[in-house]
Amino acid sequence: MSQGNGKAPSPYLGGALTGVLATLSVWIAGKYLGASTTFARSAAMVERLFAPGHVEKLDYFAKYGPKIDWQWMFVLGILLGSFISSLTSRSFRWQAVPDMWASRFGGGVAKRAVVAFVGAAVALFGARLAGGCPSGHGLSGLMQLSVSGFIALVCFFAGGIVTARLLYGRRAGE
Amino acid sequence: MKDLLLGLATGVLFGFLLQRSRVLRYDVQVGALRLLDMTIVKFMLSAVVVGSIGIHVLWAAGAAEPDVKAAVLGANIVGGLLFGIGWGLLGYCPGTSVGALGEGRWDAVWGILGMLVGGALYAEVYSPLKRTLGAWGDLGAITLDGVLHVSAWVVIAALAVVSVPLFVWFEKRHV
Repeated sequence: MSQGNGKAPSPYLGGALTGVLATLSVWIAGKYLGASTTFARSAAMVERLFAPGHVEKLDYFAKYGPKIDWQWMFVLGILLGSFISSLTSRSFRWQAVPDMWASRFGGGVAKRAVVAFVGAAVALFGARLAGGCPSGHGLSGLMQLSVSGFIALVCFFAGGIVTARLLYGRRAGE
Repeated sequence: MKDLLLGLATGVLFGFLLQRSRVLRYDVQVGALRLLDMTIVKFMLSAVVVGSIGIHVLWAAGAAEPDVKAAVLGANIVGGLLFGIGWGLLGYCPGTSVGALGEGRWDAVWGILGMLVGGALYAEVYSPLKRTLGAWGDLGAITLDGVLHVSAWVVIAALAVVSVPLFVWFEKRHV
């Protein structure tokens, strides 16, 4: 690791404070944390620029249309909060290819871009089919002890572990 | 308008916590999937234990309403596995992709663009999928405590009790 010198902040504390934040959000705003719907809404916004009639025709966009709502602003906030935090802790790092990726697949931007893009499309399609992502199903679902959250989270990790194994091989690879 | 400002403020705090906990990084997320680095598991489980206590207190006090998503086996399992495959390739999830960009890891841009395409594709096939996979194994909005016929507090206590030795084990193994 070439950055983040000094003592690592505790993920336990960060997680516990996230639990407090999630509780306050439910209490004050009546909103459970989630992120993946925002990408569907944003897709509708982009599509509307090119084919407004088509967007209107789709049942899914009738339900989750091109609208800036609480969650959309929440996702935008994550970007800002991370930016502020990384600047103030001097851990902001302009990086095109992650270290672990580079050590296995090299520092080429194109290869990383293609795999990230395709992976992202598959991930979001899956999240919308499953009804949520690690925030909506993982955090908010588990906090409510929902069965769907447990099933989805187990499948998220199962799919991810198999994929990481195929990409990186056995643990000795590192 | 108030909703939008609350959303933004909540997001800023969440982004701050994610960044300080170092869970936005590709190396940490894929590190978890390679079973080399349990940071995100520590983060998520801590959040779930604290949040489940908080939310169930709110429910008991009548201060909030549940928003439990239906368990639909076809959709949850197939969608969950697809998400996992994509997550393994991308190394960020939807929330952490924008967070990763915020701390300068701009390969997340490919992820954000890909997710917009994934959302658009899903909207195209939503209606037939909903009638097939989306209808298979629909168990309704069930919870673990409901299925087990125990108080939610029993499940929450069990989660907390299991977490402690798990965390001790992670720390011993330095993962």
